[in-house]
Amino acid sequence: MRAVIVGCGRVGATMAQALDTTGHEVTIVDLATRSFDRLPATFRGNAVRGDGTDEDTLRRFGAEGADLFLALTEGDNRNVMAAQLAIEALGIRRVFAKVNDPVRAQAYAELGIGTICRTTMMADELLGVLGQAGGGESSVREGAGHPHAAALAAEVPTPAVPAGAVPAREG
Amino acid sequence: MFVLVVGGGKVGYYLTKELSESGHEVILMEKDRGRADQIADEIGSIVVAKDGCEGSALAEAGANRADVVAAVTGDDEDNLVICQMAKHHFSVRKTIARVNNPKNEPLFKHLGVDEIISPTRMILGSIEQDIPVHELLHLASLSGDFELIEAQLDDASPAVGRNARELELPDGCAIVAIVRDDVAQAIRGDTVFRAGDKVIATGRPECEPALHGTLIGVPSPG
Repeated sequence: MRAVIVGCGRVGATMAQALDTTGHEVTIVDLATRSFDRLPATFRGNAVRGDGTDEDTLRRFGAEGADLFLALTEGDNRNVMAAQLAIEALGIRRVFAKVNDPVRAQAYAELGIGTICRTTMMADELLGVLGQAGGGESSVREGAGHPHAAALAAEVPTPAVPAGAVPAREG
Repeated sequence: MFVLVVGGGKVGYYLTKELSESGHEVILMEKDRGRADQIADEIGSIVVAKDGCEGSALAEAGANRADVVAAVTGDDEDNLVICQMAKHHFSVRKTIARVNNPKNEPLFKHLGVDEIISPTRMILGSIEQDIPVHELLHLASLSGDFELIEAQLDDASPAVGRNARELELPDGCAIVAIVRDDVAQAIRGDTVFRAGDKVIATGRPECEPALHGTLIGVPSPG
């Protein structure tokens, strides 16, 4: 599988390493070369300095048609913009954006973008450890297929998703 | 009209001021409290010191009854999110986004932002019009991936002295008008081109090399 990761913070670097170790072809992008220090010396993938919300940059290193796109920078908005670029302009079908604001995570999940919300995830974990019931909100939502992406990728048969459908939950 | 302006930089500040002076109801959202207070001191208590990217803050500012939401922060990604939240969560009729990277325009348009203002593109357009190089000028992008293009003919142009019928242009590409002596004229088959004419043409981007060769006459740099 060919994976593109935007943002080489702790989560980005960890994912890059994990996917690389399991034999996937990983390209990770970050604005600061320094952040690549987080990658282990054994990392065999590509580390590219550049703006992951810039279409030209993403195209230049061949992000088009990747199998997986993870937007994991520190900015929720940067992540949802990069994710939507990946879906709309680069034709990537499996896309996740880290969105730490639960309201925004829910909103973009409803728009069909895969989201992962650290806030609800950590709260759920903590509540679990404390023996309290979890919040019920899912912290990882699989993209239900972006309404625009479905139209763009018309040649690839996809199950029809009605507008505003509740996205599938993982686990 | 009720306008919600998000982003209290220079653009947001003057926009709010102008709208308010011309009698519109307007609320400005600025997430930096210091900046928000400073603006409120100057133009009154129409400033909400909250982040316009957050749904709850938008609701508080009255997004659900806004006629227009104008996202004019300095960050394209923030402006996109503001417009998408306004559109999808508050059913705002018209959303306007300021875009700094001109490359983001198609994406924003595609994602449903109603109006896209690109200062970069405007300045670029203005500069290009002042440069007397022999290039095709991009006047506008039309829906359906069509470009409106202008070419200024000079003596070296292969089109000069020929009429419109004689020009060999690819399918899907049309010369629509010329501007001669500051007068616009529709193109007819027997219109003979002269040096100094401004030719207005339309077509898909892939027609450009052919248009360039026919109207300008030197190989396209692209």
